[in-house]
Amino acid sequence: MQHGKYRFIVGFLAAPLGLYALFVVWPFIQSIYYSFTDWTGLSPEFKMVGFDNYERMLDDDIFWKSLQHSLFFALLLPLVTIGFALFLAFMINVGGRRRKGGPAITGVRGSSFYKIVYFFPQVLSIAIVALLFAFAYNPDSGAINSILRGIGLDSVQPLWLGDPNLALWAVMAVIVWSTVGFFVVLFSAGMASIPADLYEAALLDGAGRATTFFRITLPLLWDTVQSGWVYMGILALGAESFAVVHIMTTGPGGPDYSTTVMVLYVYQKAFRDGQAAYATTIGVALLIVTLAFAAVVMRLGRRERLEF
Amino acid sequence: MKTTETTAPVPAESGMPVTKIDAPAKGPGREKKEGTALNVFSHGILIVWAFMVVMPLLWAVMTSFKDDASIFGSPWSLPDKLHFSNWSRAWTQANMSDYFLNTLLVVGGSLIGTLVLGSMAAYVLARFDFPGNRFIYFLFIGGMSFPIMLALVPLFYVVNNMGLLNTIHGLILVYIAYSLPFTVFFLTAFFRTLPTSVAEAAFVDGASHSRTFFQIMLPMAKPGLISVGIFNFLGQWNQYMLPTVLNTDPDKKVLTQGLVQLAVSQGYKGDWSGLFAGLVMAMLPVLAAYIVFQRQVVAGLTAGALK
Repeated sequence: MQHGKYRFIVGFLAAPLGLYALFVVWPFIQSIYYSFTDWTGLSPEFKMVGFDNYERMLDDDIFWKSLQHSLFFALLLPLVTIGFALFLAFMINVGGRRRKGGPAITGVRGSSFYKIVYFFPQVLSIAIVALLFAFAYNPDSGAINSILRGIGLDSVQPLWLGDPNLALWAVMAVIVWSTVGFFVVLFSAGMASIPADLYEAALLDGAGRATTFFRITLPLLWDTVQSGWVYMGILALGAESFAVVHIMTTGPGGPDYSTTVMVLYVYQKAFRDGQAAYATTIGVALLIVTLAFAAVVMRLGRRERLEF
Repeated sequence: MKTTETTAPVPAESGMPVTKIDAPAKGPGREKKEGTALNVFSHGILIVWAFMVVMPLLWAVMTSFKDDASIFGSPWSLPDKLHFSNWSRAWTQANMSDYFLNTLLVVGGSLIGTLVLGSMAAYVLARFDFPGNRFIYFLFIGGMSFPIMLALVPLFYVVNNMGLLNTIHGLILVYIAYSLPFTVFFLTAFFRTLPTSVAEAAFVDGASHSRTFFQIMLPMAKPGLISVGIFNFLGQWNQYMLPTVLNTDPDKKVLTQGLVQLAVSQGYKGDWSGLFAGLVMAMLPVLAAYIVFQRQVVAGLTAGALK
């Protein structure tokens, strides 16, 4: 039987593992190797240059800008998104009116309606969302400035994506808009599984709503919050920020490099400027930032696991 | 929320109060007042956010029926009449039909491939003990936290050397490869929860390993396959970064790229109404499918994070 077992294992693993190794693992290994070469990507020739690319990177102002923006994304976006989502989920699940003789805490009326609506952006492609908001931000004919004019704020007509001081915030707002709903639904599912007697006991002891949130809801939801935090941070460093910045901003990454992020800079160096080796160097920096981010969140967030 | 591994979590029962356990009614009026104030406050906040989510989408639908002059002149006015020609222009002249077809082919092929290959690998990793099992498992899982863009630089040349650049089947293979980490992660956990006795019985009766897998285990794993299938469908349908790098041929573009392309080309032509029609056209089927399969979609998308 042993023989048959191993043949089966090999037969079943060969295709998925082969495909994965060829298209995912091998390119990752290669890119770390390429970061020590002067490969342009345009011709097959290259030679080893040691740490030249890394030295160049440390002197590259645009790299530092992109690093700064990426770190900003990774720190601020999860904080805002998850914080706001927790708040909304708490409102949905315990904000209900107390009915006489009913449970001590109830969800608001229409809670399923809110959850359905909030989830809308999550099923749309981030590319579509980005295009939509690029128009909404248009200073002359966009929906946002038009509202501002409509309520009498004719003097407040920001350039949004055209203003170096505002563009990064405008881009971040779009990512928040499109991801909050996912976390509201995620946290709602978690909150609904918290036994109500815990709330009852706390309320009997005279705890306010805020106290019950910080003393009961948040600790019992901690694992979900933590994995959501890592998930959001990886999105904010990678695919999500690439799509939004690449589609919405001028340049892309502008104006005046005010919105460039690491993942976009890698793309531009490799596929626009023909500097593949240097692109992989920035990619390695992005890898280090991503892994460090995940490690810090897991480390700082480590707590006693609560069973209930 | 227990630490035990469970099957795909089902979203909270909609509209139900958090609990059914009745508390003894408490009298003091102070609490009642606080409850009411909180209720008004939370409804207020929730409605405002619902409004902010829906408005941009409604605005897009409305704009797709307007002519170009009124799109620019008064972004919030209702269309003077329903300009359905925007939609037909987007569908035919602006290549939306091609983009849809390409996306259907790519997503159809990669979804099937992802589920077949992902479940094969996950089954072996979950049920068989062999040297290297943990290593292979973590090799797959590691792919979830690595920045894909780093691999895309060499991958472009790997794909190019194999003659797969700008081809539908090349894109399918890459989509499958990058969907495997989460799929293997999710399905391995799922296969571990399935009872072993049924498979053992089949095996004793003389079924081969692969027959046991295809005829016994896969049907049993259906709920897990549906969850992870929905997750992958949306991820692959909405994928932007992979095709942007690996699929630059205008004729092969998928929906997301096509729309970005449209934003540029229709911008030169000044055909904004056609572009909005294209955007809404891409938006509506996914939103409609979501509303119909709401429970399954939510379960599928939140499945990974709740583990």
